[in-house]
Amino acid sequence: MSERLWELLLQSFGQILIPGLTITIPLTVCSFTIGFMIALVAATVQVAGIKGLKELARLYVWVIRGTPLLVQLYVIFYGLPGFGIVWPAFPAAVVVFAVNTGAYASETLRAAIESVPKGQWEAGYCVGMDYWQILFRIILPQALKTAFPPLGNSLIGLVKDTSLAATITVTEMFMAAQRIAARTYEPFALYCETALIYLIFCTILTRLQRHLEKKLRME
Amino acid sequence: MFSTNNMLSITNLQKKFGSQNVLNGIDLQMDKGDVVVLIGPSGSGKTTFLRCINFLEQPDEGIIVLDGEQFSVKDIQKKEISRIRRKTGFVFQNYNLFRNKTALQNVTEGLIVARKMKKTAAEKLGRQVLDQVGLSDRYDYYPHQLSGGQQQRVGIARAIALNPEVILFDEPTSALDPELVGEVLAVMRDLAREGRTMIIVTHEMNFARQVATKVIFLDHGEVVEEGTPEQIFEEPGEERTRQFLRSVSHRG
Repeated sequence: MSERLWELLLQSFGQILIPGLTITIPLTVCSFTIGFMIALVAATVQVAGIKGLKELARLYVWVIRGTPLLVQLYVIFYGLPGFGIVWPAFPAAVVVFAVNTGAYASETLRAAIESVPKGQWEAGYCVGMDYWQILFRIILPQALKTAFPPLGNSLIGLVKDTSLAATITVTEMFMAAQRIAARTYEPFALYCETALIYLIFCTILTRLQRHLEKKLRME
Repeated sequence: MFSTNNMLSITNLQKKFGSQNVLNGIDLQMDKGDVVVLIGPSGSGKTTFLRCINFLEQPDEGIIVLDGEQFSVKDIQKKEISRIRRKTGFVFQNYNLFRNKTALQNVTEGLIVARKMKKTAAEKLGRQVLDQVGLSDRYDYYPHQLSGGQQQRVGIARAIALNPEVILFDEPTSALDPELVGEVLAVMRDLAREGRTMIIVTHEMNFARQVATKVIFLDHGEVVEEGTPEQIFEEPGEERTRQFLRSVSHRG
């Protein structure tokens, strides 16, 4: 490899990493946190069978899981301004990623809640607890433990999916790489470098997930 | 018509699963301090009957009088169900300990959350009942760290901590390894001696003979025969009872 290319890669590493730390990670964290809260609500209203809300949650999951993430981004960022709703790119991306993650995570949570044995509910009733007390104090803590590995996978998936935000002008890692590649005519090297940074992020998350899973199992 | 000591009286309790009759009008009378043991072949409706008493299953027909309060099961209100559950404790075949809670937390959960007891008072009571069932060295163990016998003793401690009028035991030793059955039966024997009112579904005939004040033999969802342990085990009046007792004594 030529010296020039080395220098370029070294220089650009920081230029790609910095939007990674300042945009990609905050985008992931905000979206996942909000998405998780949406998922909790969407899963519990379904499990509890609350009329109206249950059907609404099903509709939400159906629509979001049945449409591409990229199209969802376009609808919100390029489509809504047609109705006078104009968003800055970052919050628009957070909303789309949160709503998207929430749909998948709610299915994970719902399955995890339903996998808690019926006897746990019955024991709760027998000591005098009501439905919501049992759900929040007994069932959900167990369900979250079950749901932890698949939710970790969703989080790792989301880190990579945030690269799609480049298409709605969010200057995250991939966008930064595109700009440097356009300027320097070294797309192969730069995109490989970008891929490497995503790989580093995801490796750290995977390690963290494995560590926390081990800790959860010990409890 | 009831004695003044009457604790629980059940009249004509009926339950169907789909079109299948599981309970065909069961009657039961018991006084404070009675230990009623329900025996019968599997599928006879013993467990369903027990679960209908505190509405883990919804019975279709019948009247329950518990501690002087009458409930008609057919159109029972949620509030009435919680009053019944407040006066009954339940011990499950598979223990059903809260898996995310320690032994002590299993006992205190209902006290704190449902009975609104102060945490320190609940923990004091919790330790006391765990001591009573011989688990003073296991307060902070999670269910998966306990043997089956220990888990079931926590299950019993959880039930008695709430000081119920009647404790319902659903085959409390059936899921246990044989060598662990004794420790659970010993705890139940102590409770009987203390004068606790108990209904026990079990296959432990020797135990039934020792602790029961009344034995009820159920088959096909009806009471075939009831009486003192001597009457049922020594001189059963019904052929079906004799047959059943022969079949279980052959089991070894």
